[in-house]
Amino acid sequence: MNHPDAPLKVEDLSAFYGDMRAVADVSMSFAPRNVTALMGPSGCGKTTLLRCLNRIHEIAPGARTEGTVLLDGEDVYDSEMSVIELRRRVGMVFQRPNPFPTMSIFGNVVSGLSRSVPKNDKAAAAEKALRSAALWDEVKDKLGRPATALSGGQQQRLCIARALAVEPEVLLMDEPTSSLDPISTLSIEELMTKLAEHYTIVVVTHNMQQAARVSRYAAFMLADETRAGRLVEMDETSKMFTKPSDRRTEDYITGRFG
Amino acid sequence: MMAVAENAPRPRSYGLAIRHAISFFGTALTAVCASIGAICLLIILGYVAVQGIGAVNWTFLTSLPAPVGEPGGGIGNGIIGTGITVGLATLLAAPIGLACGLYLALFGRGWFPEAVRFLSDVLSGIPSIAIGLFAYVVLVAPFHHFSAVSAAFAFALLMLPIILRTSEEAVRSVPRTMREAALALGLSEFVTTMRIVVPAARPAIITGLLLSIARVTGETAPLLFTAFGSPLWENNPLNPMAQLPLQVYNYAISPYKSWHQQAWGGALVLILAVLVLNVLARAVLSSRWRR
Repeated sequence: MNHPDAPLKVEDLSAFYGDMRAVADVSMSFAPRNVTALMGPSGCGKTTLLRCLNRIHEIAPGARTEGTVLLDGEDVYDSEMSVIELRRRVGMVFQRPNPFPTMSIFGNVVSGLSRSVPKNDKAAAAEKALRSAALWDEVKDKLGRPATALSGGQQQRLCIARALAVEPEVLLMDEPTSSLDPISTLSIEELMTKLAEHYTIVVVTHNMQQAARVSRYAAFMLADETRAGRLVEMDETSKMFTKPSDRRTEDYITGRFG
Repeated sequence: MMAVAENAPRPRSYGLAIRHAISFFGTALTAVCASIGAICLLIILGYVAVQGIGAVNWTFLTSLPAPVGEPGGGIGNGIIGTGITVGLATLLAAPIGLACGLYLALFGRGWFPEAVRFLSDVLSGIPSIAIGLFAYVVLVAPFHHFSAVSAAFAFALLMLPIILRTSEEAVRSVPRTMREAALALGLSEFVTTMRIVVPAARPAIITGLLLSIARVTGETAPLLFTAFGSPLWENNPLNPMAQLPLQVYNYAISPYKSWHQQAWGGALVLILAVLVLNVLARAVLSSRWRR
């Protein structure tokens, strides 16, 4: 799968934890303003791959990568690239909602903004981000309340708003609904579809229905015999679910394993 | 135990009855042990309160000790002295202890942090009188002069390992996902630590600090050859200074009945001060879970 105008590309990427190779020689590109799903059974390296894209992988002790990740043509692992700048351009939403517990709802949304941003601009940015995350109407009257007072689904949308407030180009989502109830899951999925109009979204999921519902493109990964995750195939999601080109994808999708 | 009960050729209900009996016995035993601990504390508190309450009044809390043979007198300078000494010790120990704890929590791998942890544990096991002797050798003997500063130095050494380990634990217990969330927003390591991780750990850090203060407030042994004690209002930390635990000690070993009463009164004030610190520490910690 190759999108010539992809804002984010991965070339021969391998990721390691110490001596253990968790991702092996993955190359793929992510279509602009679309949702791409990374699927595969547990331990196939999909989350590790995602974490390489904003270099959050490297904060684990002993973690390192080989290969190239290109953001608008720039190598994000180049020494010229500021990791802070990179992470402002590539936002991330985690498996479990993780709002900052010591901060208010408002404080959480603007926590990624520089302190030097004037107060009025912060308020405007917060409102914009909360509206984008479909949370504004629920919290506009209680922005000063602690973020932990919100429900799980609201907290996750708050985390999405927090990531959007920094105005990224790409949004990485690591199983964003795995700890949520079905109704909250639905609202996050609807939100992802809406956000894909403006953002390039990469979502890790091991829920195939979710991949089918929200993603335009899908990549299927599997761990090889050394437990290193490899890309099996990548295609339009609809094609992957109806006519996968690899036997292993078909086995996974039809529920024969995983 | 279980296997015996299950395989025994008895009716099932009989085995169950034995298990219930053992369970009851076990529960009762732990309850008794727990009560013994609690009752001991209550007896001590109660006894000190009964003996000391008669001595405690405003004059007692605010006046100097009376010379031998004169009635009255109090522990005012001892309270002030203990306050100054513990305050100085906190100023000495808190910044170092917090910085060390933060260092160990964030960069705690390798031989050096391990060595720091080990030495800190050893330090916390050294008897306080030995710490006092050390302070005497370093800060009293060379100047031929007892001082509150030397007592504060000894106290700081006692507080340091407590602050260090509690603050390390506090920072460590902040979920890793918190740090990741902040870094993923493009915040620097420094901003992440100062604005996200430390505030989340603050209640536990303050609790450790208060407990370390409570720990040294009642210490007596290191004071014997550092602060030494004084019958005067003394607020220069470079001079010998009255200390509440020392006054209790001096009153208690005196041959006078009225001084014994004053020793109980001083002990009561000391216990209450430590109790307040402990309750405060608990309150700060539980406020963390407040919604």
